Amino acid sequence: MSKVEPGRTHEEEHLEFEGMDISGHWNRMFEQRVIWEHDTSTLDKVTAIAGAESLGYCYQCGKCTPACPVDHVGDYSPRKIFRKTQTGIDLLTSPDLWLCTTCMNCLRVCPKEVNMISIMPAVREVAVAEGNVPPELQKAFENTFNHGNPLGEPARKRADWVADAGAPVTILPKEKRPVDVLFYVECYWSYHPRGKDAARALARTMATLGVDWGILGHEEKCSCDSQRLAGEKGLFEMIAEQNIATLGKYEFKRMVTSDPHAYNAFRNEYPKLGAEYPIQHYTQFLAPLMGSLPWKRKLDYKVTFHDPCYLGRHNGEYDAPREMIKQIPGLEFIEMFRCKENGYCCGGGGGGMWLDSFTGNHVRERLSERRVKEAIETGAEMLVVCCPYEVSRFEDAVKSTGNEGKLLVRDVIELVDEALHQES
Amino acid sequence: MGNVLVYIETADGQIAPISFELLGAARKLAGALGGEVEALVAGEAGAAQLGGADTLIQVQHPLLTPYVPEAHVAVLADAVRTRNPQVVLVGNTSVGIDLAAGTAAATGRPLVSYCLGLEVEGGAVVARSQLYGGKIVATTKTEAPAVFAVVAGSFPEAAGRSGGKGQRVDVDPPAALSALRMRFVSSAAPGGEGVDITKAERLVSVGRGIGGPENIELAQELAKALGAEIGASRPVCDSGWLPKARQVGKSGMTVKPKLYFAVGISGAPEHLEGMRDSELIVAVNSDANAPIFKVAHFGTTCDLFDLLPALTERLKAKAG
Amino acid sequence: MHIAVVLKQVPDLVEELEIDSGGKDIDRSFVKMKLNEFDDHALEQAVLLKESGGAKVTAVAIATEGIDQVLYAAKARGADAAMKVEAGEGVLDSRRAASAIAETIKQLAPDLVLTGVQAADDLFGQTGPYLAAVLGWPHVSVVSGVELGGGTVRVHQEYSGGRTAMLEVDLPAVIGVQAAPQPPRYVPVSKLRQAMASGALDSTSGAPASAPAGVAVAGLAKPESGRGAEMLSGAAGEVADRIAALLAERGLARG
Repeated sequence: MSKVEPGRTHEEEHLEFEGMDISGHWNRMFEQRVIWEHDTSTLDKVTAIAGAESLGYCYQCGKCTPACPVDHVGDYSPRKIFRKTQTGIDLLTSPDLWLCTTCMNCLRVCPKEVNMISIMPAVREVAVAEGNVPPELQKAFENTFNHGNPLGEPARKRADWVADAGAPVTILPKEKRPVDVLFYVECYWSYHPRGKDAARALARTMATLGVDWGILGHEEKCSCDSQRLAGEKGLFEMIAEQNIATLGKYEFKRMVTSDPHAYNAFRNEYPKLGAEYPIQHYTQFLAPLMGSLPWKRKLDYKVTFHDPCYLGRHNGEYDAPREMIKQIPGLEFIEMFRCKENGYCCGGGGGGMWLDSFTGNHVRERLSERRVKEAIETGAEMLVVCCPYEVSRFEDAVKSTGNEGKLLVRDVIELVDEALHQES
Repeated sequence: MGNVLVYIETADGQIAPISFELLGAARKLAGALGGEVEALVAGEAGAAQLGGADTLIQVQHPLLTPYVPEAHVAVLADAVRTRNPQVVLVGNTSVGIDLAAGTAAATGRPLVSYCLGLEVEGGAVVARSQLYGGKIVATTKTEAPAVFAVVAGSFPEAAGRSGGKGQRVDVDPPAALSALRMRFVSSAAPGGEGVDITKAERLVSVGRGIGGPENIELAQELAKALGAEIGASRPVCDSGWLPKARQVGKSGMTVKPKLYFAVGISGAPEHLEGMRDSELIVAVNSDANAPIFKVAHFGTTCDLFDLLPALTERLKAKAG
Repeated sequence: MHIAVVLKQVPDLVEELEIDSGGKDIDRSFVKMKLNEFDDHALEQAVLLKESGGAKVTAVAIATEGIDQVLYAAKARGADAAMKVEAGEGVLDSRRAASAIAETIKQLAPDLVLTGVQAADDLFGQTGPYLAAVLGWPHVSVVSGVELGGGTVRVHQEYSGGRTAMLEVDLPAVIGVQAAPQPPRYVPVSKLRQAMASGALDSTSGAPASAPAGVAVAGLAKPESGRGAEMLSGAAGEVADRIAALLAERGLARG
């Protein structure tokens, strides 16, 4: 394709190098050229978007491709995105725009710091503004806007799980008192049946530990980090402002959340809006307290563990959940091949949680399906997780891959709860 | 004189079932009010079938067929003005929405819509109306004369098929017909795919609860395993997830299959109207308070994304 | 071409509705309001007409709590102007709301008024027909699809059984929209906020007519449960077993 233009070469008439005569054409150098044969306007359009500049830095080394979880089940990776965009495929209208889960494994290995965590939300924001948003995701946005949660459940029912917790839970808007720990329950622990199981297990554990804690009840809204990464920055900002105002009404010493995405939001994003919180993921809060728990039974399970991208790679916490697993009596722990910094992604991040059907049309298998197969390969009978997105994702994947009965999925807090109580 | 006037709705020259329901309701009201039942036929309709009326008022004019809303409002309003019935009954159908409100506005009479039940109490009519998607029933007391729009399926048809005196009067069309501001251009039968869900013995019908167009496959697989057709609620068709020809309900089809399997349908009154007479209704919906469970025979709040594949699998196993 | 779209909020039916202590209205202190879904389609239809044929779109709504956001969202969606009609305190029924809005419509003098075909809380019929009656304009309800002609509009009216007819209506006219040709588009919050920052909403006042004579709301109630469904509970697998069995009993399972 490329052409050598006459007159753009350089030759020294007489030149010697380490005793060798390399005069004339032997030392011919070409002038540096730009690839002007290609129309780069499609790429230029993307890199002109604030936040998406670094897509242009890609020099196609391909390190990201084996690291990208989506490439394992499809034809993806940042390098490929760059190349396609460079050759004229418009990322703004391509399905590729919605496949990235912002898991950050590519950025970990990228020598050029092509930052998909910044590129994807920025380009998606433009696409959303142009009305190009997959219907499932649009529904999640609308639900979040109207009800404060992507599931579209009534705000008034946000604390309904408390009724069956079997332990007292302080709902701050009702009791209005200072607490030591404000627990940010987040949407899936508030509404999803399996999430509610975990929330109730946490409530019982908190009671056993004697923690002085409370929740925001119906005043809590989604932290909105995944909506932000899915391209709805305005929605994130609006709801974040409301959450900041709500949190401002109550007195607490520290904040703990169920959700790595909320943890990421409160740790890294809300400070940009001027609100700093002493935030911990619940595994970070509980790991140091595990030694003081009055265990009642040994759990005879062989388990493996899945690192949530937004706890691990994004925020560097790999130890707290492992410490919890280690302390729960009886568990036999096996690491998966892909773990910690190189942990695989469940597919739920960056809006993937609300794009399952869309994504399904562009990959050979779901990321969650691939991951449960990896978990089963370890010989474990239980996959332990600590992110509210994951229990339902992996349980679905166990069924859809025909592995029902071969692998159980449990939140780590459910195991703590089980080991603290006699079998009923 | 407490006469009750019923607007006879027709479709393709056939008298719509709602008209018989209204005649039956009118008979009861007229009895209580000490008046007679009058039926207004604008255009052509089989008068022989309207034995439920004491007086059949027939208005003929070329502009009344095919149906043009303004023309029919003019005829009904004219009949109300000249005959002064105490109660006017119109179906709360897609035709009735124009007619009831248009006539009430033109004659200055009050209108109560979405009526499920009507009783006479003194000189007033007590109506029960469904509001808020069927989640609330409102009771109103209205001094006659007034107009009531009645939801289809609220009264039995049989009571309206006979029992009248069967007199007939031909009435001149009102002058307003010569100054209509709208014209009929063309009509279309339900299109798309050539399906006729009204003929299906089994229907799996999909509502908004299915989440998105990509999940419809789940319902299609169940339908395949059942040998059923796919139907849908209005929001699903309005969103373009399924073609309009598959819509069940007020502005869609009225179906009476042997099995109606409702998936993620909450059961707005407009939907229930189109399927409540199905022989067996099974409903899956996450909200235990959804009105669909009021008409369903069996229901579950099980997650449809778990239930549908599980049921499909079992049905396939049975067939295999 | 100037199109006015009449918008209103209705209680969000995702929430459970409670009846207030007076027994004649729902308890509005906890109810979440949202744009009436048919009005949403009417707005989409107006914006589509604007995009395809060039028209000015004005969103009009009675001033109620929370209506500002609805009107700003309409502007973010493509409405050129938004008009709030101050009609005093209290919840207006559709006939009175229509009379209040009619005054504003007369001032705006649009060629076409679009409303949602109905609203879930509207006991007395619909806004559209009354508005048309007050204005003396022709009216068609249950419309899915509007096309502009010269001095007329062509509308698709839906009937039961899935039949439709195309009617040609002289302008000015009031049309009750059941569905726009495409689902209402998403408004990113950033656009909504831009619209909010771009300036205050216009407002006018309109006195509603007196309440419709003769009708008195006696009370509201939750519907009786009637026969009701036999509820099947348990895990998906168990429920599937039971449904499969009861279909088989009735000869409704295939095979």
